[in-house]
Amino acid sequence: MARAAVPGRLTWQKAVLQSASFETPTARTLVFDVPDWPGHLPGQHVDVRLTAEDGYTAQRSYSIASASGLSITVQRLDDGEVSPFLTDIYDIGQPVELRGPIGGWFVWRPTDPAPVQLIAGGSGIVPLMAMIRSRADHGVRTPFRLLYSVRTPQDVIYADELRQRARDDRGLDVEYVYTRVRGSRIGVADVNTHAWPADFKPAVFVCGPTGFVETVADIMVALGHDARGIKTERFG
Amino acid sequence: MSFVTTGFGGRRRQQEPDLPPGQYLAHDFPVLSAGPTPRLHTDRWEFVITTEAGAQTKWTWAEFTALPHEDVTVDIHCVTKWSKLQTGWRGVAIDTLMEDVESAADFVMAHSYDGYTTNLPLEDLLDGKAWVAYRYDDEPLTPEHGGPARLLVPHLYFWKSAKWVHGLRLMLEDEPGFWEQAGYHDYGDPWREQRYQGD
Repeated sequence: MARAAVPGRLTWQKAVLQSASFETPTARTLVFDVPDWPGHLPGQHVDVRLTAEDGYTAQRSYSIASASGLSITVQRLDDGEVSPFLTDIYDIGQPVELRGPIGGWFVWRPTDPAPVQLIAGGSGIVPLMAMIRSRADHGVRTPFRLLYSVRTPQDVIYADELRQRARDDRGLDVEYVYTRVRGSRIGVADVNTHAWPADFKPAVFVCGPTGFVETVADIMVALGHDARGIKTERFG
Repeated sequence: MSFVTTGFGGRRRQQEPDLPPGQYLAHDFPVLSAGPTPRLHTDRWEFVITTEAGAQTKWTWAEFTALPHEDVTVDIHCVTKWSKLQTGWRGVAIDTLMEDVESAADFVMAHSYDGYTTNLPLEDLLDGKAWVAYRYDDEPLTPEHGGPARLLVPHLYFWKSAKWVHGLRLMLEDEPGFWEQAGYHDYGDPWREQRYQGD
């Protein structure tokens, strides 16, 4: 059945869970089958709507993890209403409603020649991973650096894939800050050591919890980066 | 189209009567902005209203905070799905700022110090519906939440309440602002769930 194609209009679509896998004990990647997914830019998100038997509904936004097709990675929040369902209960073959892609600001375009600095805090890696995957899919050589702040090595989402991509691709550099292991949060020295210098005029994408993004964005500005070149996405 | 997702119960069943569709209740105050938080000094701050003819009315921080203020308690609704009820603000009503401004404009573009813009119908800013707020919860408004002053238009989704607001530009015709150009709704009524263009 063809959907009404109203240009620019985001309609709710039925999506069926095609496959799923755990990235960490609390982060699960969901791959959806969406019959006429229009494609998206890395960094965009989707809205997911769940309906309970009594008609109660809940909506949440999730960053898209994939470069093509549609997958998201959900981090379970223990006091959450929706995420524990999606990580623990939601099963292959089950439908949900979703609409998207949404957001035209926090996106990377493969045609942009500027070097890219990605800085992730925790599950803030998800939309940045979509950018890394998109870069590879498009075969562009734009130099990418990822600085990934996470509590312990066990909390790294996409650990194997990141290791493999960084090994096989000289244009992708990945550095980790394990905050729980060393007992301190990301700081000026980490960013100064591992991020592109301001002189390179990189396109900067920062994603993570609010406090993390505030801290990192302040550091980048203090290190001389143009505030207009720093795009942020905050959650929580 | 709507169907049951088997196994989803939803935990927060005490659906608050005053929540718009698709919203959930937040007890903290999440921060959302597109870039770094600008640190503005009130000694160099100004607020500017520019009419469609180019005439400008300006206030320094001292002049602005000497204007009659109002204390309001309002519910706020973010397009990212959280709502926060009964938030307390102090601000200057747009009615007060517009008192001596002559204009035939129907629309406004709010401009912020970081380059952010958002468009609104002028009538949605008047008649006690909107303020330039500079205190939140009995404290000066912090930079993360838009301080020293932000627009406060609680009856629309909160991206319309521009943080770090610098001024209003009056327009005869509507133009899309920052998020509106990126696919978000031109009006943004949470009760009609106008999140995105076409909603």
